[in-house]
Amino acid sequence: MRARALSVLLGLAALTAASTQAAAERLVASLSTHRVMITSNFTGEELVLFGGVEQDNASGQRRGGYDIVVTVAGPRQSTVTFRKERMLAIWVNSDSRVFEDVPSYLAVLSNRPLSAIASTETLRRLQLGLDNTPLPQGASVNIAEAGSDDPFRQAFIKIKTEHGLYREVSNGVTFLAPELFRATIPLPAEVLVGTYEVDVRLFSDGMQLARTPAPFEVYKSGFEQVVTAAARDHGVLYGLATAAMALATGWFASIVFRRD
Amino acid sequence: MEIYLPIADLPVNILVILAMGLAVGFISGMFGIGGGFLMTPLLIFVGISPAVAVASVTTHIAASSMSGSLSYWRRRAIDVALVCMLLAGGIIGTAFGVWLFTFLRAVGQLDITIGVSYVLLLSIVGSLMIAESVRAIVRVRHGKPVDLRRPGSHMWIHGLPFKLRFKRSRIYVSAIPVWGIGFLIGFIGAVMGIGGGFLLVPLLIYVLRVPTATVIGTSMVLTLITMASATVMHAATNHLVDALLALILMVGGVTGAQFGARAGQKMRGERLRLLLGLLVLAVGLRFALDLALRPDNLYSLRPLDTGI
Repeated sequence: MRARALSVLLGLAALTAASTQAAAERLVASLSTHRVMITSNFTGEELVLFGGVEQDNASGQRRGGYDIVVTVAGPRQSTVTFRKERMLAIWVNSDSRVFEDVPSYLAVLSNRPLSAIASTETLRRLQLGLDNTPLPQGASVNIAEAGSDDPFRQAFIKIKTEHGLYREVSNGVTFLAPELFRATIPLPAEVLVGTYEVDVRLFSDGMQLARTPAPFEVYKSGFEQVVTAAARDHGVLYGLATAAMALATGWFASIVFRRD
Repeated sequence: MEIYLPIADLPVNILVILAMGLAVGFISGMFGIGGGFLMTPLLIFVGISPAVAVASVTTHIAASSMSGSLSYWRRRAIDVALVCMLLAGGIIGTAFGVWLFTFLRAVGQLDITIGVSYVLLLSIVGSLMIAESVRAIVRVRHGKPVDLRRPGSHMWIHGLPFKLRFKRSRIYVSAIPVWGIGFLIGFIGAVMGIGGGFLLVPLLIYVLRVPTATVIGTSMVLTLITMASATVMHAATNHLVDALLALILMVGGVTGAQFGARAGQKMRGERLRLLLGLLVLAVGLRFALDLALRPDNLYSLRPLDTGI
């Protein structure tokens, strides 16, 4: 245990030493809000993330300038992807894959295309971008994780993208000044309730210099929250109340429209 | 005007849902059916998940059949004894249907079973209704009287034992087909998520020879009881009933049903049955197309454990 801690410490020290001679940038980031409230008029929302790069005396002006990659990952969810095949003249779901504990929402925002920010290898190592995000498949498939050309994986990402839940935006980050940037995080109405991890990474000359988290939370409030909690925690009572509401509406209508 | 549905977890246009309720309510009032087989596909079409759609539609049908039942009750057009006998079979049918539903979901064949049963059921029932009503219309054209009851012509069903007399309907039939019909409706309702009114009404008319005067009222009360209990069951087991969605649907539905009922009373019975037959057949064919045509996207996603 102690040996591992020591090696981690040494590794960190080595890293810091390697980067300090070039620079010691610090990254700060803040969201316009940390709590997104779902109320009865919720139709999606846009969050704004502001951030700045703090340089200290040691760091000179970087030749390549700064690059920012913001990755937003929503609450994890297991999802089945079905594939239809023709069987006796009708199309039926024949094959399926379960994507286990994958982000329900995933946005990768950057100031220019990821391929221009870092090498393919670096992006793969840091798991940056939709193509490099691990989407583990379980159950029926024996390969723990299929490659990025797996048709199920591609179909999954395509459908998620069509719903606005997965996106890679190469102009999602704007530099307001050389050290000041802004990113817009679009949340469609379909977002799940839960904690959203925001990972902000600073790059320069294809190297990652710093990263900082800025999580936020999506939650239901007011009427929406009361209904959801009642349905979940008191199912029978909720059902009885709903059925009573139906009977009352029907009764009321028969009185209002009574003609005989 | 968008409103966020708490259980369906998405915003919908309140006017669109209200209009859908009105339209389906009109049809259900006109033909004396619940309209679940129309409403559920419509809700799925606007993006609500099938499970939430099925569960919330049961609530909507409960409301519309409540208002219908009350007006038929005042007209004394409900055969309570018949309802009780149908319910006895219906409860067993529902339990058996819920068991099959769970089993099919476990082996991953639920969607295809529902799809194929919709196609088979709707096209067969639709075609039979069209054929029958066209024959009736032709008969009227030739100046012969329409006699649905045909008291002399007995089918084998009427030779079965355990005969019971249903006074309000003025029929004398064996309890076995009554239980059988109740069982079938309960079973189909649980598996396919429909009230089964479009199936029950013709079965009561053609098999049990229930007169038109009591058939719709009786069918409505049966639908009311099964759908109200289905609401409670869905809410207790799956937590999928969206009360807000159901409320918007039922406000539109009960309003539409009133106008539908008035429109229906102005039409001749066989014309009405022809229209309903065409409608049922059209929905069946629509489902058949879905199954037969190559889908735009071969892939589809479904979240596991759609809790809340």
